[in-house]
Amino acid sequence: MAIFNLNINGKSQQVDVDPNTPMLWVLRDHLDLVGTKFGCGIAQCGACTIHLDGNAVRSCQLPVSSAQDSQITTIEGLSETGDHPVQKAWMEHDVPQCGYCQAGQIMTAAALLQQNPNPSEEEIENAMNGNICRCGTYTRIKAAVITASQNL
Amino acid sequence: MTTLDKKLDRRSFLKVSALAGGGMVLSFSWLAGCKPTTEEELLAMPKEWFELNSYIKIGENGVVTLYSSSPEFGQNVKTSMPMILAEELDVDWKKVIVEQGNFDSQRFQRQSAGGSQSIRQGWTPLRTAGATARAMLVGAAAQIWNVPASEITTSAGILEHKGSGKKAHYGEMASLATAIEVPENPKLKDITDFKIIGNSKKNVEAEKIVTGKPLFGIDYKVEGMKYAAIVHPPAFGMKVKSFDASYVLGMSGIQEVFTINIFNENYVRTFFDVATFPELLVVVGNSTWEVFQAKKNLKVEWENAPESSFTMTGFGGRNPYKVTVPEGLESSANHREKMAEYTQKPGNVVRRDGDPEGAFKKAAKVLEKTYTAPFLAHNTMEPANFFAHVTAEKAELYGPTQWPEPMSAALADRLGIPKENIKINLARMGGGFGLRAYGHHLLEAALISQKIAAPVKMVYTREDEMTYGIYRPTYSATYRAALDENNNLLALHVKAGGVPESPLHANRFPAGAIDNYLAEAWEIPSNITVGAFRAPRSNFMAAAEQSFLDELAEVMEKDPIAFRLELLKRAETNPVGENNDYDAKRYAGVLELVRDKSNWNTPAAGVHRGVSAYFCHNSYVAEVVDTKIVDSKPVVEKVYAAVDCGIVVNPDSATNMGEGAIVDGIGNAFFGELAFENGVATKTNFDKYRMIRHKEAPKKIEVYFVDSKEDPTGLGEPFFPPVFAAVANSLYKATGKRYYEQPFAPQLEMQNLKM
Ligand code: FES
Ligand code: FES
Repeated sequence: MAIFNLNINGKSQQVDVDPNTPMLWVLRDHLDLVGTKFGCGIAQCGACTIHLDGNAVRSCQLPVSSAQDSQITTIEGLSETGDHPVQKAWMEHDVPQCGYCQAGQIMTAAALLQQNPNPSEEEIENAMNGNICRCGTYTRIKAAVITASQNL
Repeated sequence: MTTLDKKLDRRSFLKVSALAGGGMVLSFSWLAGCKPTTEEELLAMPKEWFELNSYIKIGENGVVTLYSSSPEFGQNVKTSMPMILAEELDVDWKKVIVEQGNFDSQRFQRQSAGGSQSIRQGWTPLRTAGATARAMLVGAAAQIWNVPASEITTSAGILEHKGSGKKAHYGEMASLATAIEVPENPKLKDITDFKIIGNSKKNVEAEKIVTGKPLFGIDYKVEGMKYAAIVHPPAFGMKVKSFDASYVLGMSGIQEVFTINIFNENYVRTFFDVATFPELLVVVGNSTWEVFQAKKNLKVEWENAPESSFTMTGFGGRNPYKVTVPEGLESSANHREKMAEYTQKPGNVVRRDGDPEGAFKKAAKVLEKTYTAPFLAHNTMEPANFFAHVTAEKAELYGPTQWPEPMSAALADRLGIPKENIKINLARMGGGFGLRAYGHHLLEAALISQKIAAPVKMVYTREDEMTYGIYRPTYSATYRAALDENNNLLALHVKAGGVPESPLHANRFPAGAIDNYLAEAWEIPSNITVGAFRAPRSNFMAAAEQSFLDELAEVMEKDPIAFRLELLKRAETNPVGENNDYDAKRYAGVLELVRDKSNWNTPAAGVHRGVSAYFCHNSYVAEVVDTKIVDSKPVVEKVYAAVDCGIVVNPDSATNMGEGAIVDGIGNAFFGELAFENGVATKTNFDKYRMIRHKEAPKKIEVYFVDSKEDPTGLGEPFFPPVFAAVANSLYKATGKRYYEQPFAPQLEMQNLKM
């Protein structure tokens, strides 16, 4: 066990956990930020995607010990009121089915658009390929990313 | 099944009111429909609620709460079922709040998500519940205004009496309405007057989903809650021999290690009490991560399980029968061998029309093909989990379940707590696809909580989830067609089976369209557990049947759609045999619609197209898949789907469901496969189990609904079965090879195509 100081969604947080604990579980079990989801635990599904200094990373593979000096953003901190262009586009296209994968999808899409505000369809496909949606909402996800890019 | 009347009578109403209490605290739920734009539109919560029946309560300010009683797993019933209530109640959708109804068999009708039944079964009861409440509001206004009820009209939550110029909103009449006698047969709207049904409404939980609110069972937490993980045997056919917890108990955050037995000795299981491994190991601790770490380090000795048996009953406790679980460590290679043997042996005849044997003897030509498909894992994105808090007197549970009702009996038996003291609250589910109809995880969580005497959340790892069992079975089907020298179809013979069940539906198309028809089934027992998987059995039979019909049409030198339509014409005008369980005209209707919408005869340049159609869950779906080979890679460009599912309640959401099922079908057709070696699943996570990903989804999916006045039929499943053959048939056009074995990717790779 050790104390870690974290900056999450613009707020300082302190946790006392095993240094190997993945950020996913620090967020979910210790900080009650449960929007970030557990899907596979081995960086294969993208459900646990968060932003680490603006980059989309898989929090299930990020030990808390290496997240200390970074700015972390989770789905809860993507916008104050759910009005990030990606979130709005997701609602406009009524993307979710079960919804479980969608926080991860949105975080991946938001990081993509931050770095590349006008992605081509191919760039969208490449960026989103690491996020599995078992319900198969891929066509709507793509449409929503395009809409979001137009409304940035 | 309890009837609606029971749910709406005065007694149950009073009971509900008592339960709800005067100042029932409501977790403020996202308002249905669009986000309010002005301050005024931001609805003030009412000071008081008046409950008109189990599904509806109205605040004094006109805000309406509608309960969605079915479990939600992405089929969007939480929006579409309240839409049905709102339609007949005649309220403004913007003033509607939707609440999840928790499991309560006294209060709600059929709380289950399965068999594409929610809307079908809910249609009349929900319409009636809405109309009943509306009639009571009208009755209240008639009393206060002293005018005949028949002269009062309603519109969007406003009552009006034109003659006297009197007007009031529902909230003003709600209090008195609760005292109005519940009408016996309230008049339902004419479907041509629908304003909400048929007009797309956005998912009522969309904002919560996109902002990461805790909606799922896995998100739940209470003060003092412990975390638990299970360890199950590494192979089907094995059980726990002994374990040594000493090392694990020294690990950080670990509290206890023990075993649980899922059922009592003589418990009679229902269909949904599948517990693959009757005894499990449990690790309890302070956080999910810690119990996951500990379970990896637990020292367990396993041993082969002997043959065992238990008693199971059918639906509603009927017809108890003995289930035998064979011993042994099974492998896919053996399954394949055995299935090949069975295709050569006579099966159980489940349907015979005319003289099929005679027709085959006379045949000038016989076309025979065998189709196979592997076990599939459901792979819901949210792994199994449940929260449970069991005390001496009562149990409270929360989490993902498609069907709480059978589990309340199992819980009562195992916990020794009466059913009425067991509360099962329904979380939004991160997928279900049939898997979450089986409730072993509820029992596991409850037994753990009982044992440690504390609230607990049990969570499966992805590996647990994928290797626990309850799979789509592996199947095989052999089709034979007898043709005369002029290529006329004389007879058709299908023989289908699987491990451990046959996928055959005796009375499905093309039965009814062919004079001489024979259908045979066979089964091979197994200790690998299976369960419903999106359109059970149909999801394989459609693939085999519709691939075979495509090949048969080619041999007969007919267009694949024209050939199917010919068969359906025969079934419509002069059906063979009895009990054909489809309506040939509606079946033909979707084929014609997809033919027209896809411009079947004029595909775009470089596009290879295949067609397929199937009937299940009372709905008809035809699909055309367009495939292209791009840089040696088969790419599904576009899919057209035509659907006849009666009236469509929420069209855009229904389209979303269709798109999802099509993507699901393409993924499983190309990649879906779970195999076994000595009882061990060879894939345990998404690194090996290939799921369809963003790039492999079609560029475009067009869904067309047949304009219908029929009551709604199934939707979540029927889109799925036809996809497999439509993909196979289009790949045939692209590569010149037929695809008989699912998944298709390995064969495509052997043809030097990239997958
Ligand atoms: S849970 Fe991290 S990628 Fe799947
Ligand atoms: S919406 Fe269900 S997994 Fe994506």
